[in-house]
Amino acid sequence: MKKASLIMIIGPLFLLGLYAFPLWNIVLGAPQYPEPLGMNIHIDGIRDMNEFDLQNIDGLNHYIGMRTLPKPEDMWEFSTFPLVIGGMVVLGVIIGLLGYFNKVSYKWFFGWFILMSILGVLGMYDFNAWMVDYGTNLDPNAIMKLSNPDGTPMTYSPPLFGKANMLNFKVTSLPSTGAWLMFVGMMLTVVAFFLGWKNRTPTKTKDLTNLAGS
Amino acid sequence: MKKYKFIVTLLGITALLASCGNQGNGSSNGALSSSAAEKAYVAPGEHDEFYAFMSGGYSGNITVYGLPSGRMFKEIPVFSQFPTSGYGYSEETKPMLETSFGFVPWDDSHHPDISQTNGELDGRWIFINGNNTPRIARISLSTFETEEIIEIPNSAGNHSSSFITENTEYVVAGTRFSVPVPQRDMPINEYKGNFKGALSFISVDPEHGHLDLKFQLIMPGFNYDLSHPGRGKSHGWFFFTTYNTEEANSLMEVNSSQNDKDFIAAINWKKVEEYVKNGGGTLMPAEYAHNVYDEHTHTATSTIRKEVLTVNPLDVPGAVYFLPTPKSPHGCDVDPSGQYIIGNGKLSADLTVHSFDKMIAAIEGKKFDGEAYGIPILKFEDVLAGVVKSGGLGPLHTEFDGKGNAYTTFFISSEVVKWKLGTWEVLDRQPTFYSVGHLMIPGGNSAKPFGKYVVAMNKITKDRYLPVGPEMEHSAQIYDISGDKMELIYDFPTHGEPHYAAGIPADLLAPKTKKIYRLTENKHPYAVLNPADARVERDGNEVHIYMSTIRSHFTPDNIEGVKVGDKVYFHITNHEQDFDVPHGFAMIGQNTSELLVMPGQTKTSVWEPKKPGVWPFYCTDFCSALHQEMQGYVRVSPASSDLPISFSLGD
Repeated sequence: MKKASLIMIIGPLFLLGLYAFPLWNIVLGAPQYPEPLGMNIHIDGIRDMNEFDLQNIDGLNHYIGMRTLPKPEDMWEFSTFPLVIGGMVVLGVIIGLLGYFNKVSYKWFFGWFILMSILGVLGMYDFNAWMVDYGTNLDPNAIMKLSNPDGTPMTYSPPLFGKANMLNFKVTSLPSTGAWLMFVGMMLTVVAFFLGWKNRTPTKTKDLTNLAGS
Repeated sequence: MKKYKFIVTLLGITALLASCGNQGNGSSNGALSSSAAEKAYVAPGEHDEFYAFMSGGYSGNITVYGLPSGRMFKEIPVFSQFPTSGYGYSEETKPMLETSFGFVPWDDSHHPDISQTNGELDGRWIFINGNNTPRIARISLSTFETEEIIEIPNSAGNHSSSFITENTEYVVAGTRFSVPVPQRDMPINEYKGNFKGALSFISVDPEHGHLDLKFQLIMPGFNYDLSHPGRGKSHGWFFFTTYNTEEANSLMEVNSSQNDKDFIAAINWKKVEEYVKNGGGTLMPAEYAHNVYDEHTHTATSTIRKEVLTVNPLDVPGAVYFLPTPKSPHGCDVDPSGQYIIGNGKLSADLTVHSFDKMIAAIEGKKFDGEAYGIPILKFEDVLAGVVKSGGLGPLHTEFDGKGNAYTTFFISSEVVKWKLGTWEVLDRQPTFYSVGHLMIPGGNSAKPFGKYVVAMNKITKDRYLPVGPEMEHSAQIYDISGDKMELIYDFPTHGEPHYAAGIPADLLAPKTKKIYRLTENKHPYAVLNPADARVERDGNEVHIYMSTIRSHFTPDNIEGVKVGDKVYFHITNHEQDFDVPHGFAMIGQNTSELLVMPGQTKTSVWEPKKPGVWPFYCTDFCSALHQEMQGYVRVSPASSDLPISFSLGD
C-alpha cells in the first residue's frame, strides 16, 4: 500500500505540467504558409505557437467573419481551469498521503481518477462547444461568405481531435505536452489503484478498521 | 557445346556491363559522362549551398545570387536610388545618399567584402565601395539593408577598396586617382610630385559595425589599383598594387605603361595605428559625409565631418615599403596562409608572386634598391617567391580554394587558369565567355575558402544569350572545382557589371536573417503603433498623415482639407507582423517613387498636390485577395479653401 500511495502522490503532480505546457495545439498549414501558423491552448489562455501567430490567424479569420481569438479575460474558463487543476492536484496528493498513512483505502485513488475524468470530459465538451460557436457564429458582413455544396453557409470549426480541411488550410488539432503529462499522471493513479487492489488482502481489514475508526 | 556458347555469351555480357560501369564512374572530362546539369540544378523548393553577393558596378548596388543555381534573390540598393523600394526617395533614406557634394543619386560599386573574425567569414556585414564619389557602405547581413555610408575625403576613384582586415578591425579604401591633397586650383601638368594618393583606414565598431575614418596615409601620387589584407603571419600588413608610377597625367594608357615595373605597396598598418594612438599624424581640414541608418527609427541621418587625421609615411619608419612588380599590376591577392602576395601584371603573361617571409628578411637585412619619395624599394629578386608562367594573357585577379591551389582570371585570353601555390605549375585552364574580370570562390579572400565553385564574371557578353539590342547584362560562368579539373556547369547573366563578388555558405547566413521588423520596436517619430492613433495634422502648409496599413486597407483612407500648395507627408506604418507581407504606397502624379513598407516598418513619402480634385492612392504590392480594394482618396481643394482637415475609415 505504501508503494501504491507513493504513486498516488506522484500521479496528480504530473498535472502541474499544465501550468507550463499547452493542453492542446491547433496548427494551420497552407501553401503560402510553409511554416504553419499555430495556437497553443493553455489552461489559462491561448498563446502563439510561433511569435505573432495569433495576430496572423486573426488577420486571416477576419476575411470569413470570425471573431478575434479570445484573450484570457474574455472567457471564464481561463481563470477557472487553473483553480480546478490546482484543486485536483492538492486533492490527489492528500488522498495519496492519507493512503500512505493508511487513513484511506485504495478505492479513493480510483475515486480521484473518476472525478478527474468527469472534469476532463466536461472540459473537452466546453472546449468543443466554444470551437463550434467560434467557427459558426460569423459576422454577417464578412468579406467572404461561402456555401457548402448543399447551399448551407460554410462554417469553420476546427476539429477537436485530428485533421480537417478548411478552405486553403489544413488544420491539425491534437493534444499537446500538458495533456500528455495529465494523461500519464491519471494513468499513474490507475496504477496506484491497481497496486492497492492487488495487495488488498493483508491490508484490507486494517484499512477498513482505520476508516471505520476515523 | 551449346552450353559453352551460352556461358561465353553470358561472360561477354558481364564484361560489357562491367566496362560500361567503369566508363560511367571514370573521369569527368568526357562530355558524355559529365553531369553538369545535375551539379548546377537546385530542385524547386530546395535551397542553394552558397550566397553570392555580386557588386552591381554602374548600377551602384549589390545583387544577391544563389550558388550553384545562379538564381538571383535580391538587389540591395546601396549607392543608387531604387524606386522599387523607395530607397533614396523616401524621406528616411534620402540622407543615405548625401555627400559633401550634396545629394549624389548614383555610384559605381565595385568590391564587396564580408566581415571576418580570425580570418574566417562571420557573416555579420558586407562592405562595398563607391568608386566615383568615394564612399564605403556597410550592409547588414540580417536585414540585407544598407545601414551606413561614409564618404572618403582626399580620394578619387575609390578603387583599391573595400577590403577588410582579418578581424574586421578596418575596412580599407585606397585612391585610384591621385589628386591634390588638399584639393586646390593648380595646373594639371604639375601633377608629378604634387598630387598625392590617400590610403584610408576606416575602423569598424565590433558591436554595431559603425564606421570611423581613423587615419589616411598620404602616399606618393601613383594610382593605387587594388589591395588585400595580410592574414595569418602577415596580419597587420596591407598590400596595394600601383600603376602609373610614371605619374603621367595625360594619355595614360601609353604614358603610364612605360615603366617595366610598378610597385606593390606593403603597408604595416599596425605600426601606423600605433603611431596614431600615440598622438602621431596631422589633423587636416576636410569635408565628408557620414550617413547612418537606424533599424529602429527606420531613418537615416547624415552629418558632415570636418577633419581627417593624415599620416606622412616618412614619419613612421618601417611602415611602408615598395615591392617592384612587373607591368602595371592590377589584382593584389594574398593566399589563405598569408605567405604569398600575388601581383597580377595585367600587361603581362606572367604572375608575380612575392613571399612575405622573404619580404620581412629583406627589410631586416635592409636590402634596398633605392627609394621613391623617401619610401624604401625592396629588391625584386629578394622578395620574389616565384613566377607563374601561365601561357595566358592579361592576368587580373586570383582567388584560392584552400587546398593549395590558386585560380587566376586572364582578361585578354578569356580564361581561368588553375595553378599550384609553391610549385607555380599550371594545372588546368578553362575558357570563359568572354574577357573575364573578377572571379570568386566563396571565402576565397579569407583564411578559410570553401573551394567548391568558382564564378567567373565577364566583361563581354556578345552571343551568350538571346540578343536584346546593343545593351546587355554581363555574363558569368560557374565552374565546379571540387575535382582535379575545373568543370563548367552553368552560365547566367548578371545585373549591372559585377566587378567582384563575395560568397558565403548559406548556413552561416540563412538562420539569422530577419523576417519582419517588430512593430513594438518601431521608434520612428511618425509611426502609428495603433490604428486608433492614425490621424492627419496640419502644420502651416505641411500636412502630416499618420497612416497605418494592414490587409487590406489604409487607416485612414478618406482625407479631406488638403489644399493646392500644401506639402503632404504620408508617414506609413505597416502593421503586419507576418513574413513577406509588405504593403506599397503610390499617389497619382507624385513626383517621386513608390514606397514598399516592410512589416513593422515606417516610411514617408512626400506629395505636393498641384491640382484641385479627388486623387486616389493605392497599395502597389499585391498583399491579399483584397489587394485591389486597398486604396483611398485625398480631396484637394484650391489654395484659397478653408475646408478643415478631416479623415475617416469605413464611415
